[in-house]
Amino acid sequence: MSKPITIEKDIYLPQLATVEKRRLMNATEMYLRLTMDEGLFDYVPGQFVEVSVPGIGEAPITISSSPTQKDYFELVVRRIGNVTNAIHRLRLGDKVGVRGPYGNGAYPVEEAKGRNLVFICGGIGLVPQRSFVNYVLDKRDDYGEITIILGTKCMAQRFFQSELDGWSHRKDIHFMETIDEADDCWQGNVGVVTTLIPRIEKELTSALVFVCGPPIMYKFVLLALEEAKVPRENIFLNLERKMKCGVGKCGHCQINDLYVCIDGPVFRYSDLAVAPEAI
Amino acid sequence: MSVKKINKDAFISFIDNLTKGRNVIGVQANGDRFDFALLDSAKDLRLDYDLTVQPPKKYFLPPVETLLRYDIGAGYKSVFDDTGFVLIGVHPYDMVAINQMDRIFSQDNYDAHYMRRRNNATIIASDVMTPSKNVFAGSMGTATVKDGFDILITDIGDAYLAEIASKKGQELAAKADGLVAPTKADLKKRQDLWDENQKRLNKHQLKCRPCDIPKLLDKAYNHPVWQEKAQTCFSCGSCNLVCPTCYCFNVQDYVNWDMKSGTRDRAWDGCLLDGFAKVAGGHDFRKNREDRFRHRLYRKGKYVPEKIGGEIACVGCGRCIDACLPDIANPVNVYNRLVDDLGLE
Repeated sequence: MSKPITIEKDIYLPQLATVEKRRLMNATEMYLRLTMDEGLFDYVPGQFVEVSVPGIGEAPITISSSPTQKDYFELVVRRIGNVTNAIHRLRLGDKVGVRGPYGNGAYPVEEAKGRNLVFICGGIGLVPQRSFVNYVLDKRDDYGEITIILGTKCMAQRFFQSELDGWSHRKDIHFMETIDEADDCWQGNVGVVTTLIPRIEKELTSALVFVCGPPIMYKFVLLALEEAKVPRENIFLNLERKMKCGVGKCGHCQINDLYVCIDGPVFRYSDLAVAPEAI
Repeated sequence: MSVKKINKDAFISFIDNLTKGRNVIGVQANGDRFDFALLDSAKDLRLDYDLTVQPPKKYFLPPVETLLRYDIGAGYKSVFDDTGFVLIGVHPYDMVAINQMDRIFSQDNYDAHYMRRRNNATIIASDVMTPSKNVFAGSMGTATVKDGFDILITDIGDAYLAEIASKKGQELAAKADGLVAPTKADLKKRQDLWDENQKRLNKHQLKCRPCDIPKLLDKAYNHPVWQEKAQTCFSCGSCNLVCPTCYCFNVQDYVNWDMKSGTRDRAWDGCLLDGFAKVAGGHDFRKNREDRFRHRLYRKGKYVPEKIGGEIACVGCGRCIDACLPDIANPVNVYNRLVDDLGLE
């Protein structure tokens, strides 16, 4: 190796961002609005960032805001491990480290133009989908019919309620929500998200379908989509894995020969045919 | 670039001179085994060694290294190790592994931590004199090596031949006295050793060409061998620990006693270890032992090759065979079993 060193950028070096807004949305989900201290931050819906809390560590978090909003970006973080618990403890004005945005496999914003779109979200799976939904709503004329179905485990876990209310009142989107373990106050649909799929069969034909939710949900949603005869080329899945580097080196996020960090996190279902570890 | 001959005494004083004033790392005896370690004197250098316990990878990707320093609230700073060193005695199969790692860490997202160490190193490789117990480099096409080193040393009996292959190698060789042009007979001795090493560095004979392995694995995903072998796997990660082409890592933050500053370190990780793919919240994406066992052999035989232009990411050093207590890690046994059961067509 006698080639001179030419590239000196450190791919592991986070840049600082400041917490501008924070709001606990339910018992476990924290909403954060961040601005980078220096430089522009441009991304595509579906991309993620590595968020660092000094002394605690780093975790990959998908961006929840739409890039049509340029000044800041939003994250929604579930309190589940060391880093995410530390993120919940952040206060206004605190600094976090940010690397990214990462993920070459983001939402297919160009391919989706002019197409009908269906979003199937389970619980916190709403968070990444929201980035693309809001992107599409900001460029409404570029896209066809929009259908969103959302399943949440229980009333207490609902979040983004006012935004969801907004979606449900819009005439140009079809939004349906269901609660798995509903209580007396809930007037809407009851059951898991798959129970809504037969009701959108018409919308599913010829649409691009985006699915995001917990691992177990994919299995059942994909069965339902198979039954509804949605071709695999039209289905996109947002996958999660353990991740340490975000840049295709550390090996943790590998799904067979695919890397969630560089090939995903949004995958076309037909591309996963060779990756039995995916679902 | 050029091949020179140097007699053994001159070589020893050349190495002795090198050890003064710079970090020289060479193969030395450690009990009844060998390892790379800082070299104080040329008399400790053992170019007749069969195999080192650890591959030289640790000098480029250390078991633990600091990537960043941070001050809480004030941000992160990169930490680079620019010490530089001369590494003596790298066997051809390990050289091939280093070449592969260089590709992994330089392509796509350039890893400056690895690459700065690499670019600051000068490598004196050496041809194998004593085959180790489980080496199968002959099967993997790595019994000899053509590039990556700065100098390649070959023991031809009464002297060494030194192939000087880079500018760094030239600069280093300029410090040696008594370099002469080799005779045709000297070069023939080296060629004979190379030819012989193809055969004798092959204690486990692979029943196919290395380039057949990816296609073989294409149809082997559900083969019973994964479960059969993994039944006795301890998930100890020893195969990962000694492998010259394993490079998966973990990253963790450490806090200094002042509670205001600290480091972000990376450390080797192993895909055989339980919890390698476990996320916060408890979901483990590769929970079963056989899945992790299969993943290692797919990485060596298919996934990593796809990233580095087809070269198989197993160099036949045989260290995993030595390290594996239940004796299931031998890649040749697994690949041969697949050849037997599935054929090459």
